[in-house]
Amino acid sequence: MPHPFKLSRIARRKWLSGLGWTLAAASFVLVAAPLLDILYTVIHKGMSALSLTLFTKVTNGISGGLLNAITGTLVLVFGALVFAAPVGILAGIYLSEFGRGRFGRVVRFLDDVLAGVPSIVLGYFSYVTLVIGMGWQFSVLAGSLTLAIMVVPYVARFTEISFLQVPNSLREAGYALGFRELTVITRVALPLALPGIMTGVLFAIAISLGETAPLIYTAGWSNFLWNGKLIHEPIGYLTYVIWSFINQPYRSAHALAFAAAFLVILMVLLINVGLSVMLRRARPMRPGQR
Amino acid sequence: MGPRPFFESLMKIRPFRIALVVVTSLIPLALLAILIFLARYSWPALTFNGWHFLAGHTWSLGNLYADPIKQRGVLAPIGADYGILVFIVGTLLTSAFALAIAIPISLGVAVFLAEGLRSRLRTPLSFVVELLAAVPSVVYGLWGYAVLTPLVAHTIGPGLRATLGFLPFFSGPIGSGYGLLAASIVLALMVVPIIAATVRDALAQVPSETKEAAYALGATHFEVVRRAMLPTVRGNIIGACILGLGRALGETMAVLMVSGGALNYFPGNIYSPVTTMASFIVSQLDSAMQDPTGMAVRSLAEIALILFIISVITNIIARLLTGTSRNASPV
Repeated sequence: MPHPFKLSRIARRKWLSGLGWTLAAASFVLVAAPLLDILYTVIHKGMSALSLTLFTKVTNGISGGLLNAITGTLVLVFGALVFAAPVGILAGIYLSEFGRGRFGRVVRFLDDVLAGVPSIVLGYFSYVTLVIGMGWQFSVLAGSLTLAIMVVPYVARFTEISFLQVPNSLREAGYALGFRELTVITRVALPLALPGIMTGVLFAIAISLGETAPLIYTAGWSNFLWNGKLIHEPIGYLTYVIWSFINQPYRSAHALAFAAAFLVILMVLLINVGLSVMLRRARPMRPGQR
Repeated sequence: MGPRPFFESLMKIRPFRIALVVVTSLIPLALLAILIFLARYSWPALTFNGWHFLAGHTWSLGNLYADPIKQRGVLAPIGADYGILVFIVGTLLTSAFALAIAIPISLGVAVFLAEGLRSRLRTPLSFVVELLAAVPSVVYGLWGYAVLTPLVAHTIGPGLRATLGFLPFFSGPIGSGYGLLAASIVLALMVVPIIAATVRDALAQVPSETKEAAYALGATHFEVVRRAMLPTVRGNIIGACILGLGRALGETMAVLMVSGGALNYFPGNIYSPVTTMASFIVSQLDSAMQDPTGMAVRSLAEIALILFIISVITNIIARLLTGTSRNASPV
């Protein structure tokens, strides 16, 4: 018969380990449950508020449709990409291809720091410099630039990582064929890095779609469709409807808020499902694999 | 395009590289511009408010209808008084309670995802954490408004008071559900994915020798995680927590929508309404614009400046502790 003390000690350790795993699983349930409830609440209440007028009519006070907000969100996100995609992609190329020196290290570090700046600080910065300082007032340009500053670090980081995953032997093969630096980067490395870059751009879109704080005092709000002016003209967007209309004591306002949240969550969900598929496919890239 | 002569390539100015450097410099320049322009714009407020800004606990725009007078060298409305101690306390309390909730849960989630699952289940369940990070903050606020605050008022609050009510900060009136507790819970949900993902990635990179050595000593699987793996990634855990803290300190919309918005008084207990620095900026700019001297808008810029400096410091500390962030995942 085994020693009783030893047996109980082992039993106790096993019991504690079991408890540890139970607590770990419980903490997962504790975060998964709110997520599911968020999705359920938004989808359930959003679906019941869906109607065709949402997509055909503009907002009228606290009722009407969301056409102005839907198109406004798309305009702002597109505007952000116009600035953020070239800058982020070029910066990412620099960091991966030439960024091993001190400047590269500093930029890489500050890129992370910029990603951590609260979005309301970016919004206020743009309010001070663009809306007031440049006199642009609430406008598409001010809103888009603010979003661009916010997402540039992510585009740069995704680009850098996807370029780093291109095996050096391919670059060397390019140089051996007599290609110049520019040709090696654009014709050899870029095609292989493209899926990773697209992932970064998609990620940037998902972030911009859901942002509110940096837009409130840069893009403003408008009940009308965007008239194409870049400055001096405010523009509506979906997240504003969520934030502002839920505080109104009217059923129609609440319905619009949930409908807007549904549309935002739907787009963000779709992008994230796409992202996780792309990341899984893009990550294991070995030499010789195309 | 054949190979270029050696001297030519040595002396050549490379327009492509120069263009890359110029564009890349925009990232550090953006940070610099934020610092300079916020400081420059809030400078009159800095001189007007002095240290009282951080120590005072009333925020009053003063008499906007009387002629402004020159005080401390700058023009400001009579009776204008800008003190943000209440919002500093609100920011620190919401972030502290959020981290107190989020850290143990994140560690549990990270351990569960890194070690507690078959590899077939790991990917779909990790997606849950990724989605949690992807939910926009205003949607968290909406959910907080529609679901969480009633839950806090009727279930979580009374439950907490019944169990921890012997502690001074957990007793007293529960109120409407909007307040410190609701804000902390929402913030915790937003911080968990940051900490959990970082720790999970760090755990996945613990060398197998470390694990095998612990197994060889007769440790159970959980003891390997608890005694061998978690201590190995301690630096990453602390860095991730500070990263989460940075997120919590600067979070705006979700907090704004569930915190109840307290002006000029300190929270009496964990159920009281609070205001954070970030949410105060959004909620007050409209009324600050009524100030003809612009001092209120400049004082809000001073808050943004302080938030900026805090976020830069927390991020630098976090990045130094986690090492370079670009190992496993780009996010």
